[in-house]
Amino acid sequence: MPAAGLTDSAVELAPGVHWVGALDPHLRSFDIILKTANGTSYNSYVVRGENGVAIIDTVKENFADDFFRRLESVARYDEITTIVLNHLEPDHSGALPELLKRAPQAKVYLSSRAQMMLKALLKPTGEKAPEYIPVTTDDEVDLGGRTLRFLHTPYLHWPDTQCTYLVEDGLLFTGDIFGCHFCDARLFNDTVGDFRFSFEYYYAHIMRPFREYVLDAIALIEPLAINLIAPAHGPILRHAPRDYVHRYRELATPRLFNEARSEKTLVVFYISAYGNTRRMAESLAAGAEAIGGVRISLYDLEGGESGIFTDLIEEADGLAFGSPTINADAVKPIWDVLSSLTTVNVKGKLGAAFGSYGWSGEAVRLIEDRLRGLKMRVPVDGLRIKLVPDVSELEECRNLGETLARHLTGRLEHREIDMASLA
Amino acid sequence: MPKAKVTFQDIGVSVTVPAGTRLIEVSEKVGAGITYGCREGECCTCLTKVISGGENLAAPSVLEDQVLKDNMAPRGHRLACQAQIIGGEIVVKPA
Repeated sequence: MPAAGLTDSAVELAPGVHWVGALDPHLRSFDIILKTANGTSYNSYVVRGENGVAIIDTVKENFADDFFRRLESVARYDEITTIVLNHLEPDHSGALPELLKRAPQAKVYLSSRAQMMLKALLKPTGEKAPEYIPVTTDDEVDLGGRTLRFLHTPYLHWPDTQCTYLVEDGLLFTGDIFGCHFCDARLFNDTVGDFRFSFEYYYAHIMRPFREYVLDAIALIEPLAINLIAPAHGPILRHAPRDYVHRYRELATPRLFNEARSEKTLVVFYISAYGNTRRMAESLAAGAEAIGGVRISLYDLEGGESGIFTDLIEEADGLAFGSPTINADAVKPIWDVLSSLTTVNVKGKLGAAFGSYGWSGEAVRLIEDRLRGLKMRVPVDGLRIKLVPDVSELEECRNLGETLARHLTGRLEHREIDMASLA
Repeated sequence: MPKAKVTFQDIGVSVTVPAGTRLIEVSEKVGAGITYGCREGECCTCLTKVISGGENLAAPSVLEDQVLKDNMAPRGHRLACQAQIIGGEIVVKPA
């Protein structure tokens, strides 16, 4: 059922450029990880040139009827020369198999990384992949008097993502970038309800893990003359579109000036029942400090919340986690933090674990496994100490800190080892 | 069994390994900075730069070749989850 206030017709963005998407006002949970209080939209666009018509993205499969009805109100299928896929996630490519049947002459333009996804997407249909052309930054398609120019903007938020710029009109079709889950039939940012929360919430959950790629994309986008940004979800940004580009740059940049920016950073998190794991953490931190060139931070997990710690983790170069073992496991505050990191990028960070234990001491190995699962590197075996660390054991903690600091600063002596000696 | 030596430049570790070992088996054990995703040669997460000794790795399979091409991997790069060490000395680092 069409949403209130919207007809089955396409909505004009500029002469010859139309929105032909669909509204999904009753959706409350997207991709499991995102909530949405008023649904979402699947935005698709039609661009008409003198020599042909381009479709930019489609919609989720069960909204295909809305998409085709709106498309038919502004173009015939035999006019479609070009299909641009800015992002192949099923909510944007769901109507693609049917569109390819209706417009078999169309050439598909996508990023290089999208090729395998296209094949996988069409697998259930049994259809042969259409003629497709991988494109990258500055490649162009001439529609006759109108030019589509591509921008390679990978990992926002899949490896395949790209943007498409309509040169003559200054319209930028951005896929999920600058999008949000917010459903409003009034469509444009200067007429819809207050969607600012949704815009930032979407960034925080979808784009934040890829913030370095966000900054790369913004560097490509900022020099463009932009009259309107047309994302694949949420309001179309026709009023002050550059403000949203600027906001993305702010969101992708650390909030406070980082005093330690010229040094490597190691954050040591611990939680301790009787002070033993705390003493280990303090010795580890002191050892790392002694090496120099590494800014150390020491945090007791009992004194904070996982959201705040996530911010610290995002900024750190190295992370050490200390936990006692209780009932053969690390304790819950550790797991709360280590299960809250899907919104930040921890890949390649240095990781380590340590902890005091009474009987079996499983916590350290379990934490190490989790760190490896998060794609962190764990080059140093963790440290398990039975109950109360004595002087020599605290020295081991100190040595662990020194080794971690040497790893972070690239001051390790070259080591030769035999694989047979590795566990 | 013939041996080979693989050096992970990012962490300054050289490991003597039996011929036939895949890079992934060693790099994970020593904590090198190469990270892994699918571990089946599809996702390209473990793209690795071979600094020297590329000839001491078994030639890439058709699958690995295709994935490297699809991901525009520069020359001299391999997937650590696929690349098998056959002998000699190899130096690698994360791409």
